[in-house]
Amino acid sequence: MRVQLNYASPQATRGGRHATGGGHRRGPSPAWKPRATRWGRGLAGLAILLLLAQALGSSGLLRRSVLPLASTVLARAVGLAGSAQFRTDLAATLESWALGLGIAVAVAVPCGLLLGNVPVVRSATRSLVEFLRPVPAVVLIPLIALLIGPGLQMGVTLIVYAAIWPILLNTIYGLDDVDPLAKETLAAFGFGRMAVIRHVCLPSAAPFILTGIRVASSIAIIVAIGTGVVTGRIDGNGLGAYIADATTSSPNTAVVLAAALWAGLLGLALNALITWAGRRALPWHHGYLGELW
Amino acid sequence: MSRTATITLRLLVLVAGCAIWQVWTTWRHSVYFPAPSAIVTQMYHRWFSGSATHLLLTPAATGNILPSLGRIAAGLAIATAVGLPLGIALGRSARLSAYLEPLLHFGRSLPAVAFVTVFIAIFSLGTQSEVAFIAFGTTWPILLNTMDGARSVDPLQTETARAFRLPLGRRITALIVPATLPKFFAGLRISVSLALVLMVISELVGSSNGIGYLMNNAGTNYDLTGLWAGIVLLGILGYALNAAVLGVERHVLAWHRGARRLTT
Repeated sequence: MRVQLNYASPQATRGGRHATGGGHRRGPSPAWKPRATRWGRGLAGLAILLLLAQALGSSGLLRRSVLPLASTVLARAVGLAGSAQFRTDLAATLESWALGLGIAVAVAVPCGLLLGNVPVVRSATRSLVEFLRPVPAVVLIPLIALLIGPGLQMGVTLIVYAAIWPILLNTIYGLDDVDPLAKETLAAFGFGRMAVIRHVCLPSAAPFILTGIRVASSIAIIVAIGTGVVTGRIDGNGLGAYIADATTSSPNTAVVLAAALWAGLLGLALNALITWAGRRALPWHHGYLGELW
Repeated sequence: MSRTATITLRLLVLVAGCAIWQVWTTWRHSVYFPAPSAIVTQMYHRWFSGSATHLLLTPAATGNILPSLGRIAAGLAIATAVGLPLGIALGRSARLSAYLEPLLHFGRSLPAVAFVTVFIAIFSLGTQSEVAFIAFGTTWPILLNTMDGARSVDPLQTETARAFRLPLGRRITALIVPATLPKFFAGLRISVSLALVLMVISELVGSSNGIGYLMNNAGTNYDLTGLWAGIVLLGILGYALNAAVLGVERHVLAWHRGARRLTT
Protein backbone atom coordinates (compact mmCIF):
# COMPACT_ATOMS: atom_id res chain seq x y z
CA MET A 1 0.00 0.00 0.00
CA ARG A 2 1.37 3.32 -0.99
CA VAL A 3 0.17 6.32 0.95
CA GLN A 4 1.30 9.74 -0.12
CA LEU A 5 -0.19 12.45 1.91
CA ASN A 6 -0.76 15.48 -0.21
CA TYR A 7 -2.44 17.35 2.55
CA ALA A 8 0.76 17.47 4.55
CA SER A 9 2.16 20.17 2.35
CA PRO A 10 0.62 23.39 3.70
CA GLN A 11 1.74 22.59 7.21
CA ALA A 12 5.12 21.51 6.02
CA THR A 13 5.59 24.80 4.25
CA ARG A 14 4.74 26.80 7.30
CA GLY A 15 6.82 24.75 9.70
CA GLY A 16 9.63 24.31 7.22
CA ARG A 17 10.33 27.99 7.21
CA HIS A 18 10.16 28.04 10.94
CA ALA A 19 12.56 25.19 11.33
CA THR A 20 15.39 26.79 9.41
CA GLY A 21 15.30 29.75 11.75
CA GLY A 22 14.31 32.20 9.07
CA GLY A 23 14.16 30.50 5.73
CA HIS A 24 14.64 32.70 2.76
CA ARG A 25 11.31 32.60 1.11
CA ARG A 26 11.01 34.89 -1.81
CA GLY A 27 8.16 36.99 -0.61
CA PRO A 28 6.01 39.05 -2.90
CA SER A 29 9.02 39.62 -5.12
CA PRO A 30 8.59 41.83 -8.14
CA ALA A 31 6.94 39.12 -10.17
CA TRP A 32 5.11 41.65 -12.27
CA LYS A 33 8.39 42.63 -13.89
CA PRO A 34 9.15 40.65 -16.99
CA ARG A 35 11.79 38.04 -16.35
CA ALA A 36 14.18 39.57 -18.86
CA THR A 37 14.20 42.90 -17.03
CA ARG A 38 15.06 41.20 -13.78
CA TRP A 39 17.88 39.27 -15.39
CA GLY A 40 19.15 42.43 -17.02
CA ARG A 41 19.11 44.29 -13.72
CA GLY A 42 20.85 41.45 -11.93
CA LEU A 43 23.60 41.43 -14.55
CA ALA A 44 23.82 45.22 -14.42
CA GLY A 45 24.26 45.03 -10.65
CA LEU A 46 27.07 42.52 -11.09
CA ALA A 47 28.74 44.68 -13.74
CA ILE A 48 28.48 47.80 -11.57
CA LEU A 49 30.03 46.01 -8.60
CA LEU A 50 32.90 44.65 -10.69
CA LEU A 51 33.55 48.08 -12.19
CA LEU A 52 33.50 49.69 -8.75
CA ALA A 53 35.94 47.07 -7.43
CA GLN A 54 38.16 47.60 -10.47
CA ALA A 55 38.06 51.39 -10.03
CA LEU A 56 38.83 51.09 -6.33
CA GLY A 57 41.79 48.86 -7.11
CA SER A 58 43.10 51.13 -9.87
CA SER A 59 42.71 54.29 -7.78
CA GLY A 60 45.59 53.20 -5.58
CA LEU A 61 43.66 53.57 -2.32
CA LEU A 62 44.73 50.05 -1.46
CA ARG A 63 47.95 48.39 -2.47
CA ARG A 64 47.51 45.79 -5.22
CA SER A 65 49.29 43.20 -3.10
CA VAL A 66 46.67 43.71 -0.40
CA LEU A 67 43.56 43.91 -2.52
CA PRO A 68 44.10 42.89 -6.13
CA LEU A 69 42.09 44.19 -9.07
CA ALA A 70 38.78 42.49 -9.76
CA SER A 71 40.04 41.58 -13.22
CA THR A 72 43.13 39.94 -11.71
CA VAL A 73 40.97 37.84 -9.39
CA LEU A 74 38.64 36.77 -12.19
CA ALA A 75 41.54 35.87 -14.46
CA ARG A 76 43.14 33.92 -11.64
CA ALA A 77 39.87 32.08 -10.95
CA VAL A 78 39.70 30.98 -14.57
CA GLY A 79 43.36 29.99 -14.43
CA LEU A 80 42.80 27.84 -11.34
CA ALA A 81 40.67 25.47 -13.39
CA GLY A 82 43.84 24.50 -15.24
CA SER A 83 45.86 23.81 -12.11
CA ALA A 84 46.18 20.11 -11.26
CA GLN A 85 46.76 20.84 -7.57
CA PHE A 86 43.63 22.98 -7.41
CA ARG A 87 41.53 20.31 -9.11
CA THR A 88 42.82 17.71 -6.64
CA ASP A 89 41.90 19.99 -3.75
CA LEU A 90 38.46 20.74 -5.17
CA ALA A 91 37.80 17.02 -5.56
CA ALA A 92 39.05 16.38 -2.02
CA THR A 93 36.66 18.98 -0.60
CA LEU A 94 33.80 17.41 -2.54
CA GLU A 95 34.80 14.00 -1.21
CA SER A 96 34.80 15.04 2.44
CA TRP A 97 31.55 16.95 1.88
CA ALA A 98 29.86 13.87 0.47
CA LEU A 99 31.27 11.51 3.11
CA GLY A 100 30.50 13.83 6.00
CA LEU A 101 27.01 14.70 4.82
CA GLY A 102 26.22 11.06 4.03
CA ILE A 103 27.26 9.87 7.47
CA ALA A 104 25.40 12.76 9.11
CA VAL A 105 22.18 11.83 7.27
CA ALA A 106 22.61 8.16 8.16
CA VAL A 107 23.00 9.03 11.83
CA ALA A 108 20.66 12.00 12.23
CA VAL A 109 17.54 10.77 10.43
CA PRO A 110 17.14 7.54 12.45
CA CYS A 111 17.99 9.42 15.66
CA GLY A 112 15.46 12.09 14.73
CA LEU A 113 12.81 9.45 14.06
CA LEU A 114 13.50 7.93 17.46
CA LEU A 115 13.47 11.25 19.30
CA GLY A 116 10.43 12.48 17.43
CA ASN A 117 8.40 9.37 18.08
CA VAL A 118 9.32 8.57 21.66
CA PRO A 119 8.60 11.60 23.87
CA VAL A 120 10.40 10.20 26.92
CA VAL A 121 13.69 9.75 25.07
CA ARG A 122 13.27 13.17 23.57
CA SER A 123 12.78 15.09 26.79
CA ALA A 124 15.52 13.05 28.44
CA THR A 125 18.12 13.83 25.75
CA ARG A 126 16.97 17.39 25.27
CA SER A 127 19.41 18.84 27.79
CA LEU A 128 22.30 16.95 26.18
CA VAL A 129 21.31 18.26 22.76
CA GLU A 130 20.92 21.79 24.08
CA PHE A 131 24.38 21.71 25.61
CA LEU A 132 26.18 20.08 22.69
CA ARG A 133 24.60 22.06 19.90
CA PRO A 134 26.06 25.49 20.74
CA VAL A 135 29.60 24.08 20.67
CA PRO A 136 30.72 24.98 17.15
CA ALA A 137 32.66 22.39 15.18
CA VAL A 138 35.63 24.70 14.63
CA VAL A 139 36.13 24.81 18.39
CA LEU A 140 36.85 21.10 18.28
CA ILE A 141 39.58 21.45 15.63
CA PRO A 142 42.53 21.42 18.08
CA LEU A 143 41.01 18.55 20.08
CA ILE A 144 40.12 16.41 17.06
CA ALA A 145 43.57 17.08 15.62
CA LEU A 146 45.11 15.48 18.71
CA LEU A 147 42.43 12.82 19.11
CA ILE A 148 42.07 11.48 15.58
CA GLY A 149 45.26 12.69 14.01
CA PRO A 150 45.89 14.08 10.56
CA GLY A 151 44.11 12.99 7.43
CA LEU A 152 40.76 12.98 5.73
CA GLN A 153 39.00 11.42 8.72
CA MET A 154 39.69 14.50 10.82
CA GLY A 155 37.83 16.86 8.51
CA VAL A 156 35.04 14.34 7.97
CA THR A 157 34.55 13.90 11.73
CA LEU A 158 34.12 17.65 12.15
CA ILE A 159 31.72 17.83 9.21
CA VAL A 160 29.61 15.00 10.63
CA TYR A 161 29.47 16.70 14.03
CA ALA A 162 28.40 20.03 12.52
CA ALA A 163 25.99 18.60 9.94
CA ILE A 164 24.08 16.32 12.32
CA TRP A 165 22.29 19.12 14.20
CA PRO A 166 20.21 20.76 11.47
CA ILE A 167 19.15 17.36 10.08
CA LEU A 168 18.31 15.97 13.51
CA LEU A 169 16.32 19.01 14.61
CA ASN A 170 14.47 19.37 11.32
CA THR A 171 13.53 15.69 11.40
CA ILE A 172 12.07 16.19 14.88
CA TYR A 173 10.22 19.37 13.83
CA GLY A 174 8.90 17.54 10.79
CA LEU A 175 7.56 14.71 12.93
CA ASP A 176 5.89 17.23 15.23
CA ASP A 177 4.02 18.53 12.25
CA VAL A 178 2.63 15.21 11.02
CA ASP A 179 -1.15 15.21 10.87
CA PRO A 180 -2.25 13.17 13.91
CA LEU A 181 -5.47 12.23 12.12
CA ALA A 182 -3.50 10.43 9.40
CA LYS A 183 -1.48 8.52 11.99
CA GLU A 184 -4.59 7.55 13.92
CA THR A 185 -6.39 6.51 10.75
CA LEU A 186 -3.61 4.12 9.82
CA ALA A 187 -3.42 2.84 13.39
CA ALA A 188 -7.18 2.30 13.38
CA PHE A 189 -6.83 0.14 10.28
CA GLY A 190 -4.44 -2.06 12.19
CA PHE A 191 -1.13 -0.85 10.89
CA GLY A 192 1.79 -1.26 13.27
CA ARG A 193 3.96 1.52 14.57
CA MET A 194 6.71 0.97 12.00
CA ALA A 195 4.21 1.01 9.16
CA VAL A 196 2.81 4.32 10.40
CA ILE A 197 6.30 5.77 10.52
CA ARG A 198 7.09 4.47 7.04
CA HIS A 199 3.87 5.47 5.34
CA VAL A 200 2.85 8.63 7.17
CA CYS A 201 5.65 10.14 9.23
CA LEU A 202 8.52 9.82 6.74
CA PRO A 203 6.70 11.13 3.65
CA SER A 204 5.18 13.96 5.65
CA ALA A 205 8.46 14.93 7.33
CA ALA A 206 10.54 14.46 4.18
CA PRO A 207 10.47 18.15 3.11
CA PHE A 208 11.68 19.18 6.56
CA ILE A 209 14.45 16.61 6.45
CA LEU A 210 15.42 17.90 3.03
CA THR A 211 15.59 21.48 4.34
CA GLY A 212 17.80 20.20 7.15
CA ILE A 213 20.07 18.45 4.66
CA ARG A 214 20.34 21.63 2.63
CA VAL A 215 21.34 23.68 5.66
CA ALA A 216 23.73 20.89 6.69
CA SER A 217 25.26 20.87 3.22
CA SER A 218 26.29 24.51 3.36
CA ILE A 219 27.55 24.03 6.91
CA ALA A 220 29.57 21.03 5.70
CA ILE A 221 31.30 23.14 3.04
CA ILE A 222 32.08 25.86 5.58
CA VAL A 223 33.50 23.36 8.07
CA ALA A 224 35.49 21.56 5.37
CA ILE A 225 37.11 24.79 4.20
CA GLY A 226 37.44 26.25 7.70
CA THR A 227 39.29 23.20 8.98
CA GLY A 228 41.65 23.35 6.02
CA VAL A 229 42.30 27.07 6.47
CA VAL A 230 43.16 26.55 10.15
CA THR A 231 45.20 23.35 9.93
CA GLY A 232 46.67 23.52 6.42
CA ARG A 233 47.43 20.14 4.84
CA ILE A 234 47.12 18.31 8.15
CA ASP A 235 43.51 17.30 7.51
CA GLY A 236 44.33 16.14 4.00
CA ASN A 237 43.85 17.93 0.69
CA GLY A 238 41.07 20.43 0.12
CA LEU A 239 40.16 23.96 -0.84
CA GLY A 240 40.94 25.13 2.70
CA ALA A 241 44.45 23.66 2.47
CA TYR A 242 44.87 25.35 -0.92
CA ILE A 243 43.95 28.69 0.62
CA ALA A 244 46.25 28.05 3.58
CA ASP A 245 49.11 27.24 1.16
CA ALA A 246 48.50 30.49 -0.70
CA THR A 247 49.00 32.43 2.53
CA THR A 248 51.88 30.65 4.24
CA SER A 249 54.86 32.67 3.06
CA SER A 250 53.28 35.92 1.92
CA PRO A 251 49.54 36.25 1.51
CA ASN A 252 48.68 35.89 -2.16
CA THR A 253 45.30 37.57 -1.91
CA ALA A 254 44.43 37.14 -5.58
CA VAL A 255 44.72 33.35 -5.30
CA VAL A 256 42.77 33.27 -2.03
CA LEU A 257 39.93 35.34 -3.48
CA ALA A 258 39.88 33.26 -6.65
CA ALA A 259 39.68 30.06 -4.59
CA ALA A 260 36.93 31.58 -2.44
CA LEU A 261 35.04 32.41 -5.62
CA TRP A 262 35.21 28.75 -6.59
CA ALA A 263 34.06 27.77 -3.13
CA GLY A 264 31.03 30.03 -3.55
CA LEU A 265 30.25 28.47 -6.92
CA LEU A 266 30.63 25.03 -5.38
CA GLY A 267 28.15 25.97 -2.64
CA LEU A 268 25.61 27.22 -5.20
CA ALA A 269 26.04 24.12 -7.34
CA LEU A 270 25.61 21.71 -4.42
CA ASN A 271 22.57 23.61 -3.20
CA ALA A 272 21.06 23.39 -6.67
CA LEU A 273 21.91 19.67 -6.78
CA ILE A 274 20.12 18.96 -3.51
CA THR A 275 17.11 21.03 -4.59
CA TRP A 276 16.95 19.11 -7.85
CA ALA A 277 17.34 15.75 -6.13
CA GLY A 278 14.66 16.75 -3.65
CA ARG A 279 12.27 17.64 -6.44
CA ARG A 280 12.88 14.27 -8.03
CA ALA A 281 12.48 12.42 -4.76
CA LEU A 282 9.49 14.36 -3.47
CA PRO A 283 7.44 15.23 -6.53
CA TRP A 284 4.42 16.06 -4.38
CA HIS A 285 6.36 18.93 -2.87
CA HIS A 286 7.38 20.56 -6.09
CA GLY A 287 5.90 23.98 -5.43
CA TYR A 288 7.25 24.23 -1.94
CA LEU A 289 10.80 23.38 -2.93
CA GLY A 290 10.76 25.72 -5.85
CA GLU A 291 9.96 28.64 -3.62
CA LEU A 292 12.63 28.24 -0.98
CA TRP A 293 15.96 30.08 -1.26
CA MET B 1 4.17 14.42 31.42
CA SER B 2 3.92 17.44 33.68
CA ARG B 3 6.32 20.34 33.34
CA THR B 4 8.17 19.72 36.60
CA ALA B 5 8.58 16.04 35.75
CA THR B 6 10.06 16.95 32.38
CA ILE B 7 12.51 19.40 33.89
CA THR B 8 13.50 16.93 36.61
CA LEU B 9 14.07 14.23 34.02
CA ARG B 10 16.23 16.58 31.96
CA LEU B 11 18.35 17.58 34.95
CA LEU B 12 18.66 13.95 36.02
CA VAL B 13 19.93 12.95 32.59
CA LEU B 14 22.45 15.78 32.65
CA VAL B 15 23.70 14.85 36.12
CA ALA B 16 23.80 11.16 35.21
CA GLY B 17 25.72 11.95 32.04
CA CYS B 18 28.33 13.93 33.97
CA ALA B 19 28.52 11.21 36.62
CA ILE B 20 29.11 8.47 34.05
CA TRP B 21 31.75 10.63 32.37
CA GLN B 22 33.43 11.24 35.75
CA VAL B 23 33.44 7.56 36.72
CA TRP B 24 34.57 6.40 33.29
CA THR B 25 37.46 8.87 33.13
CA THR B 26 38.72 8.17 36.66
CA TRP B 27 38.59 4.48 35.83
CA ARG B 28 40.24 4.67 32.41
CA HIS B 29 42.66 7.60 33.03
CA SER B 30 42.35 8.65 29.41
CA VAL B 31 44.69 11.46 28.42
CA TYR B 32 42.25 12.72 25.84
CA PHE B 33 39.15 12.77 28.00
CA PRO B 34 39.84 14.48 31.33
CA ALA B 35 37.27 14.13 34.11
CA PRO B 36 34.59 16.85 34.27
CA SER B 37 35.76 17.72 37.78
CA ALA B 38 39.27 18.34 36.41
CA ILE B 39 37.88 20.54 33.65
CA VAL B 40 35.79 22.60 36.05
CA THR B 41 38.72 22.95 38.49
CA GLN B 42 40.90 24.05 35.60
CA MET B 43 38.34 26.62 34.48
CA TYR B 44 38.01 27.94 38.02
CA HIS B 45 41.75 28.29 38.60
CA ARG B 46 42.49 29.80 35.23
CA TRP B 47 39.62 32.21 34.84
CA PHE B 48 37.28 32.58 37.78
CA SER B 49 39.50 32.70 40.88
CA GLY B 50 40.37 36.37 40.58
CA SER B 51 39.82 39.15 43.09
CA ALA B 52 36.33 40.32 43.98
CA THR B 53 37.07 43.78 42.56
CA HIS B 54 37.43 42.17 39.14
CA LEU B 55 34.20 40.18 39.49
CA LEU B 56 36.34 37.11 40.32
CA LEU B 57 37.90 37.21 36.87
CA THR B 58 41.61 36.44 36.69
CA PRO B 59 43.93 38.48 34.46
CA ALA B 60 43.89 35.54 32.03
CA ALA B 61 40.12 35.89 31.78
CA THR B 62 40.04 39.68 31.40
CA GLY B 63 42.90 39.46 28.90
CA ASN B 64 41.35 36.77 26.71
CA ILE B 65 37.65 36.15 27.30
CA LEU B 66 36.66 39.81 27.38
CA PRO B 67 38.50 40.75 24.16
CA SER B 68 36.82 37.82 22.39
CA LEU B 69 33.38 38.92 23.58
CA GLY B 70 34.18 42.51 22.63
CA ARG B 71 35.08 41.44 19.08
CA ILE B 72 31.82 39.54 18.77
CA ALA B 73 29.84 42.54 20.03
CA ALA B 74 31.62 44.99 17.72
CA GLY B 75 31.25 42.70 14.71
CA LEU B 76 27.56 42.17 15.35
CA ALA B 77 27.02 45.89 15.88
CA ILE B 78 28.56 46.67 12.49
CA ALA B 79 26.61 43.85 10.84
CA THR B 80 23.35 45.21 12.28
CA ALA B 81 24.21 48.80 11.33
CA VAL B 82 24.78 47.65 7.74
CA GLY B 83 22.29 44.81 7.43
CA LEU B 84 19.20 46.34 8.99
CA PRO B 85 18.89 49.56 6.92
CA LEU B 86 20.13 47.92 3.72
CA GLY B 87 17.78 44.98 4.25
CA ILE B 88 14.81 47.29 4.74
CA ALA B 89 15.74 49.29 1.63
CA LEU B 90 16.11 46.11 -0.42
CA GLY B 91 12.91 44.63 0.92
CA ARG B 92 10.87 47.72 0.15
CA SER B 93 12.36 48.56 -3.25
CA ALA B 94 11.72 46.02 -5.98
CA ARG B 95 14.08 47.91 -8.29
CA LEU B 96 16.99 47.91 -5.87
CA SER B 97 16.56 44.26 -5.04
CA ALA B 98 16.44 43.35 -8.74
CA TYR B 99 19.84 44.97 -9.16
CA LEU B 100 21.42 43.46 -6.07
CA GLU B 101 19.68 40.16 -5.41
CA PRO B 102 21.85 37.90 -7.62
CA LEU B 103 24.93 39.43 -5.99
CA LEU B 104 23.51 38.85 -2.53
CA HIS B 105 22.72 35.23 -3.25
CA PHE B 106 26.23 34.68 -4.50
CA GLY B 107 27.72 36.61 -1.60
CA ARG B 108 25.78 34.49 0.84
CA SER B 109 27.14 31.31 -0.67
CA LEU B 110 30.75 32.46 -0.29
CA PRO B 111 32.13 30.74 2.81
CA ALA B 112 33.31 33.55 5.10
CA VAL B 113 35.99 31.28 6.58
CA ALA B 114 37.89 31.35 3.29
CA PHE B 115 38.43 35.10 3.68
CA VAL B 116 40.07 35.12 7.09
CA THR B 117 43.57 35.61 5.66
CA VAL B 118 42.34 38.27 3.25
CA PHE B 119 41.01 40.28 6.16
CA ILE B 120 44.31 39.88 7.98
CA ALA B 121 46.12 41.10 4.84
CA ILE B 122 43.87 44.14 4.47
CA PHE B 123 43.49 45.19 8.11
CA SER B 124 46.71 43.60 9.44
CA LEU B 125 46.81 41.25 12.41
CA GLY B 126 44.79 42.34 15.41
CA THR B 127 41.37 43.19 16.74
CA GLN B 128 40.45 45.37 13.75
CA SER B 129 40.82 42.53 11.23
CA GLU B 130 38.91 40.12 13.47
CA VAL B 131 36.04 42.56 13.96
CA ALA B 132 35.89 43.21 10.20
CA PHE B 133 35.91 39.47 9.53
CA ILE B 134 33.10 38.80 12.02
CA ALA B 135 31.10 41.75 10.63
CA PHE B 136 31.53 40.46 7.07
CA GLY B 137 30.31 36.98 7.92
CA THR B 138 27.42 37.96 10.16
CA THR B 139 25.97 40.65 7.88
CA TRP B 140 24.51 38.09 5.47
CA PRO B 141 21.94 36.38 7.71
CA ILE B 142 20.84 39.74 9.15
CA LEU B 143 20.61 41.38 5.73
CA LEU B 144 18.73 38.55 4.01
CA ASN B 145 16.30 37.96 6.84
CA THR B 146 15.59 41.69 7.23
CA MET B 147 14.97 41.90 3.50
CA ASP B 148 12.53 39.02 3.77
CA GLY B 149 10.81 40.66 6.74
CA ALA B 150 10.52 44.06 5.07
CA ARG B 151 8.83 42.41 2.09
CA SER B 152 6.25 40.76 4.28
CA VAL B 153 4.73 44.00 5.60
CA ASP B 154 0.97 43.66 5.38
CA PRO B 155 -0.06 45.45 2.14
CA LEU B 156 -3.31 46.53 3.78
CA GLN B 157 -1.31 48.41 6.39
CA THR B 158 0.99 50.09 3.85
CA GLU B 159 -2.04 51.17 1.84
CA THR B 160 -3.75 52.49 4.94
CA ALA B 161 -0.60 54.46 5.78
CA ARG B 162 -0.54 55.84 2.25
CA ALA B 163 -4.22 56.75 2.38
CA PHE B 164 -3.61 58.71 5.56
CA ARG B 165 -0.56 60.33 3.93
CA LEU B 166 1.77 59.23 6.67
CA PRO B 167 5.16 60.86 6.01
CA LEU B 168 7.94 58.49 4.92
CA GLY B 169 9.84 58.77 8.21
CA ARG B 170 6.76 57.84 10.22
CA ARG B 171 5.93 55.04 7.80
CA ILE B 172 9.37 53.55 8.34
CA THR B 173 9.49 53.87 12.12
CA ALA B 174 5.85 53.07 12.89
CA LEU B 175 5.07 50.43 10.30
CA ILE B 176 7.98 48.94 8.38
CA VAL B 177 10.54 48.55 11.16
CA PRO B 178 8.14 46.88 13.63
CA ALA B 179 6.89 44.52 10.92
CA THR B 180 10.49 43.66 10.00
CA LEU B 181 11.77 43.06 13.52
CA PRO B 182 10.62 39.43 14.00
CA LYS B 183 12.55 38.35 10.92
CA PHE B 184 15.48 40.56 11.85
CA PHE B 185 15.75 38.75 15.17
CA ALA B 186 15.62 35.38 13.43
CA GLY B 187 18.61 36.54 11.39
CA LEU B 188 20.36 37.99 14.43
CA ARG B 189 20.14 34.65 16.24
CA ILE B 190 21.82 32.90 13.31
CA SER B 191 24.44 35.64 13.24
CA VAL B 192 25.20 35.36 16.96
CA SER B 193 26.12 31.69 16.73
CA LEU B 194 27.99 32.41 13.51
CA ALA B 195 29.92 35.21 15.24
CA LEU B 196 31.20 32.73 17.82
CA VAL B 197 32.48 30.45 15.04
CA LEU B 198 34.14 33.29 13.15
CA MET B 199 35.71 34.64 16.35
CA VAL B 200 37.27 31.25 17.11
CA ILE B 201 38.51 30.77 13.53
CA SER B 202 40.10 34.19 13.34
CA GLU B 203 41.79 33.63 16.69
CA LEU B 204 42.98 30.16 15.74
CA VAL B 205 44.52 31.48 12.53
CA GLY B 206 46.31 34.46 14.02
CA SER B 207 45.85 36.41 17.21
CA SER B 208 47.80 37.44 20.26
CA ASN B 209 44.94 36.96 22.74
CA GLY B 210 41.40 35.62 22.96
CA ILE B 211 39.72 32.29 23.61
CA GLY B 212 40.79 30.82 20.28
CA TYR B 213 44.37 31.87 21.00
CA LEU B 214 44.26 30.11 24.38
CA MET B 215 42.93 26.96 22.73
CA ASN B 216 45.58 27.07 20.04
CA ASN B 217 48.22 27.30 22.77
CA ALA B 218 46.64 24.44 24.70
CA GLY B 219 46.60 22.35 21.52
CA THR B 220 50.25 22.90 20.67
CA ASN B 221 51.27 22.25 24.29
CA TYR B 222 49.25 19.02 24.40
CA ASP B 223 47.27 20.50 27.31
CA LEU B 224 44.09 18.45 26.91
CA THR B 225 42.42 19.74 30.07
CA GLY B 226 43.00 23.29 28.87
CA LEU B 227 41.47 22.43 25.50
CA TRP B 228 38.41 20.93 27.13
CA ALA B 229 38.10 23.96 29.41
CA GLY B 230 38.00 26.15 26.30
CA ILE B 231 35.40 23.93 24.63
CA VAL B 232 33.16 23.98 27.71
CA LEU B 233 33.60 27.75 28.04
CA LEU B 234 32.60 28.30 24.41
CA GLY B 235 29.61 26.01 24.80
CA ILE B 236 28.45 28.01 27.81
CA LEU B 237 29.08 31.29 25.97
CA GLY B 238 27.14 30.08 22.93
CA TYR B 239 24.24 29.04 25.12
CA ALA B 240 24.31 32.32 27.07
CA LEU B 241 24.53 34.52 23.97
CA ASN B 242 21.61 32.74 22.35
CA ALA B 243 19.60 33.05 25.57
CA ALA B 244 20.47 36.76 25.76
CA VAL B 245 19.25 37.42 22.22
CA LEU B 246 16.08 35.44 22.93
CA GLY B 247 15.51 37.53 26.06
CA VAL B 248 15.92 40.80 24.17
CA GLU B 249 13.70 39.47 21.41
CA ARG B 250 10.99 38.51 23.89
CA HIS B 251 11.16 41.96 25.43
CA VAL B 252 11.20 43.90 22.17
CA LEU B 253 8.65 41.74 20.41
CA ALA B 254 6.21 41.37 23.30
CA TRP B 255 3.54 43.11 21.19
CA HIS B 256 4.16 40.73 18.29
CA ARG B 257 3.75 37.63 20.43
CA GLY B 258 0.54 39.08 21.81
CA ALA B 259 -0.76 39.96 18.37
CA ARG B 260 0.01 36.50 16.98
CA ARG B 261 -1.06 34.78 20.21
CA LEU B 262 2.15 32.82 20.44
CA THR B 263 2.51 31.05 23.73
CA THR B 264 6.00 29.62 23.85
